[in-house]
Amino acid sequence: MNTPDPHAPGEACLTCPSRFSQLRKLGLRVGESDFVIALAGNPNTGKTTVFNALTGLRMHTGNWPGKTISRAEGAFSYDDKRYKIVDLPGTYSLLSASPDEEVARSFLLFGRPDATVMVADATCMERNLNLILQVLQITRRAVLCLNLMDEARAHGIEIDVRNLARDLGVPVIPCSARSGEGIPELLKEIAIIATRPDTPEPRRLPLEVPGLRGALDRVESELREAFPLLPQPRWVALRLLEGDREIMDAVRSGEIGALAEPVAIPSTLSA
Amino acid sequence: MKHPEDVIRSAEELRWQLPQNLHDRIAESIYGEAARIASRSIRRNGSSRRLVWQQKLDRILTHPWTAFPIMVLVLGVILWLTIVGANVPSGMLATLLVDQGHALLSGWFAAAGAPVWLKGLLVDGMYLATAWVIAVMLPPMAIFFPCFTLLEDFGFLPRVAFNLDRVFQKAGAHGKQALTMAMGLGCNAAGVVATRIIDSPRERLIAILTNNFSLCNGRWPTQILMAGVFIGTLAPKGWGGSIAALSVLVVALLGFGFALLTSWLLARTLLRGEATSFSLELPPYRPPNFWKTLYTSLIDRTLIVLWRAVVFALPAGAAIWLCANVSIGGQSAAAWFVQFADPLAWVMGLTGVILLAYIVAIPANEIVVPTILMLTVLVTGASGGAGAGVMFETDDESVRAILTAGGWTTLTAVCLMLFSLCHNPCSTTIYTIYKETRSFKWTTVSVVMPLAIGFVLCSTVAAVWRWLA
Repeated sequence: MNTPDPHAPGEACLTCPSRFSQLRKLGLRVGESDFVIALAGNPNTGKTTVFNALTGLRMHTGNWPGKTISRAEGAFSYDDKRYKIVDLPGTYSLLSASPDEEVARSFLLFGRPDATVMVADATCMERNLNLILQVLQITRRAVLCLNLMDEARAHGIEIDVRNLARDLGVPVIPCSARSGEGIPELLKEIAIIATRPDTPEPRRLPLEVPGLRGALDRVESELREAFPLLPQPRWVALRLLEGDREIMDAVRSGEIGALAEPVAIPSTLSA
Repeated sequence: MKHPEDVIRSAEELRWQLPQNLHDRIAESIYGEAARIASRSIRRNGSSRRLVWQQKLDRILTHPWTAFPIMVLVLGVILWLTIVGANVPSGMLATLLVDQGHALLSGWFAAAGAPVWLKGLLVDGMYLATAWVIAVMLPPMAIFFPCFTLLEDFGFLPRVAFNLDRVFQKAGAHGKQALTMAMGLGCNAAGVVATRIIDSPRERLIAILTNNFSLCNGRWPTQILMAGVFIGTLAPKGWGGSIAALSVLVVALLGFGFALLTSWLLARTLLRGEATSFSLELPPYRPPNFWKTLYTSLIDRTLIVLWRAVVFALPAGAAIWLCANVSIGGQSAAAWFVQFADPLAWVMGLTGVILLAYIVAIPANEIVVPTILMLTVLVTGASGGAGAGVMFETDDESVRAILTAGGWTTLTAVCLMLFSLCHNPCSTTIYTIYKETRSFKWTTVSVVMPLAIGFVLCSTVAAVWRWLA
């Protein structure tokens, strides 16, 4: 995994549209990194395959849900910047509080990754979109990796990528991580998102419920007072209104504030 | 500055003004939005032929009548491929590493005028143990692992779990235990870690305690060699491989049976409770990426496991040689132990050498067979070839000759196969069990339980065998 990249930049490739040549797979050498990337998605969509394609690691993948039990970390460097990438356990939603979902959502919320790669199975997007929308409610520094496109084509499924990207408000990259298709484009997008200075507002929360908007406004403003540095106070406020025990305990103990400190990078969260 | 407690209080108050089913309504609105977005951008062109094909395959692979025969057949075919395919390369490796390599090194040491003890320790002990481990383990693993990984990538494993779910639930255990047992077929330590996918602590503990009944890669070579050398030779010409594969299959299924039985017993005694249900998604069948899988399983699994075996074989080789050559009161340490253990071993249908080998091999099951062979030669003076104290001929026939000279019968081989299935886990697995359970009590149970079962099982088989014979 430390061998020089066979695609080392040659004269001819300087004009290449893709910057794949700039990828250096760093395997487990996480160390210091300029950016942190999270990998989220439903179980068995190929997150670990994408992870391996980027880091050059060979984490064992398996065609069954739940193969990745805890967080795996790896690194790569692209365009002279070092990236740490965290492979989160696959979940169907972020709404309940099973241990694997908690690992995923606390990392997205408090680990504050510079970019989140949402990996989805292109053959069953209807189901995958539920989680994607929930992730987008937490962060819009995200890109959708439409994995298993080869399978989708074999199944006769057509996806209007541009339309989907417009509806979701984030870039969408069709991929087939097993064969490496789409990975150069994905890398380029990750770099753009991670380096963008502004943070776009997360996707709006569903507010059709009568009375919710007002309640949310009030809890959010109180949260901002109690924890000025808290990321995504509106999302946390919604969890409080829903009576999410886990989040309530974190607020009560002040833990949620500690997690919001800038120094509290993911290492304080246990997988 | 607001106090956190105030925030929670106002959230609790506000909740009363909101609809009771807030959680569901939020979930519903997300689902609705997902469906809207999907309908705008995704089009399915009729039902694809592949989907129809997959549904047909699933109907066969999960049908109550066909599922179990197919699973057993698949495992049997893999074992047969492993046994038949590994025979020739194993023999070649043994000739190369054990015969020629050993002779070459011995020659060098003699030419350099090295002291006898040094040559004994390094060449007859460490080198020979390592050479045996590689010759015995590499070929079967290089066939078994890729086959297994291909099945895993294809999507066969979740179907196995699906089929076994009901059986495990009847035993009071978790359906996902089938998946962790499948992982255990590769390595029990990995299988024990994999039990993290089981949420309920009670069911997880059952899965941890019974994982040892999945034959791990360290034990497959023992099974395969014993089956090939002793049981395959009982069969008529041309049927040896199939009969040997069948006998290994029987042992593997027996292990599965023991896992169910002990789960059932544990769920009714020490670990009482209701079985929780779970939903397991059957993933689509995916054509495995053949060459990549082959490469990954060869490099990552086969070589890593082999490396571990070699690392343990080196010191074990030295220990074996010392045991057999350091004499206390006119007899080697190994001979004392063998003499002491022989009566117990006889009851179990084994030999003292086997029990000693199992103590030497606690760090890694992989080295059991090489240890047995070396100890038999060193302690009993039996020899399959010309060498005194060190064997030279290494094909199945001479392994049989060495062991027969060491007092082995078919009963010994059968009991060894059973004991290999039912004995304490290796030290790595024991340590992993402790790390996962954080309990001395349960770690002890995980060691003692299979040993007790192994003792009873082997003794019963030996007694019945002798009574019949």
